[in-house]
Amino acid sequence: MKKKQRVSPEINSSSMADIAFLLLIFFLVTTTIANDKGLFLLLPPDPDQMEDVDIKIPEKNLFKIQINSADKLLVENEPFTGKISDLKEMIHEFVMNNGRNPKSSDNPQKAIVSLKTDRGTSQKLFIEVVDQIKGAYHDIYAERAGVTNERWREISASPKESPEFERLYELGRGVLPDGKPEIPMNISIAEPD
Amino acid sequence: MSKFRKKAATKQDIPTSALPDIIFMLLFFFMVTTVLRENTLNVMQRIPEANELTKLQKKTLVKHLYVGAPKKVELWGTEPKIQADDIFIDTKDVVLWVSKEKAKMKEHERDLITVDLKVDEEVKRGIISDIELQLRKANARKLLYTTRQHVEI
Repeated sequence: MKKKQRVSPEINSSSMADIAFLLLIFFLVTTTIANDKGLFLLLPPDPDQMEDVDIKIPEKNLFKIQINSADKLLVENEPFTGKISDLKEMIHEFVMNNGRNPKSSDNPQKAIVSLKTDRGTSQKLFIEVVDQIKGAYHDIYAERAGVTNERWREISASPKESPEFERLYELGRGVLPDGKPEIPMNISIAEPD
Repeated sequence: MSKFRKKAATKQDIPTSALPDIIFMLLFFFMVTTVLRENTLNVMQRIPEANELTKLQKKTLVKHLYVGAPKKVELWGTEPKIQADDIFIDTKDVVLWVSKEKAKMKEHERDLITVDLKVDEEVKRGIISDIELQLRKANARKLLYTTRQHVEI
């Protein structure tokens, strides 16, 4: 009896780390981190169900960006040769013009940024331009809400998450008496010819 | 000399008894943060970069479409193709695909469907705008272009 008790009933656990390592490597190899980040757009309704109304929008309330199949830009009907990142500042000025410059937009509600591409335009450039347009709007909102651009994007992803988010969201976009936002993100992406 | 001998007598092993725990923690981290890849990609996916990314909150509302040039050129040619789940679909089948995906969702969530377009950067706008038109017809108007975060070097 004495002999039996002296043998310690321990399981050798030195290979535990190896087993765990194997599992770890298996999961590392077989999985991908989900990446649901990107540029969010809301498409217009079905063209077949839309009523064919010709709405005349004054030229000055439109900020026109056109891209041809050779990936060359035409901004406000003039060839654009500068850096694409300059577009952000131009759009910011256009949206927040509020009638100061009679050739630019009347107010943010009427201002529309129009983007028209060709069927041969590359998706890469399209994404870059959409990024600039969204960036300009995000900057305007973030400045009004008094937060950073990054924080604003977090807030706008889920404005109903907390009262604080809701307050900042309304502060950034502004609310008109009829419930519409003071500065709507009017981006129009036209169908290519 | 005696001092040296004393030092040499100290134990020099690093205790490794906590190693399995550390590895397990790493393991759990990867298990929780990752999802198993659902389908093999048959199209090229070089995702373009952008700065103004937004993150989608509810993963169950997001359905993915992959667009790019096929990886197996000898089988599928070089023209960009649309991949849904495991198969290639035509542009005109997008409406059908949307209604199938909607049917899989919970009833009160069907109108909230968000289509995530994972587009290779070499793809031209033509095919993408065709898909957009089909999505409008299918009344799935929430669209996300997947992009990577641009990193300044």
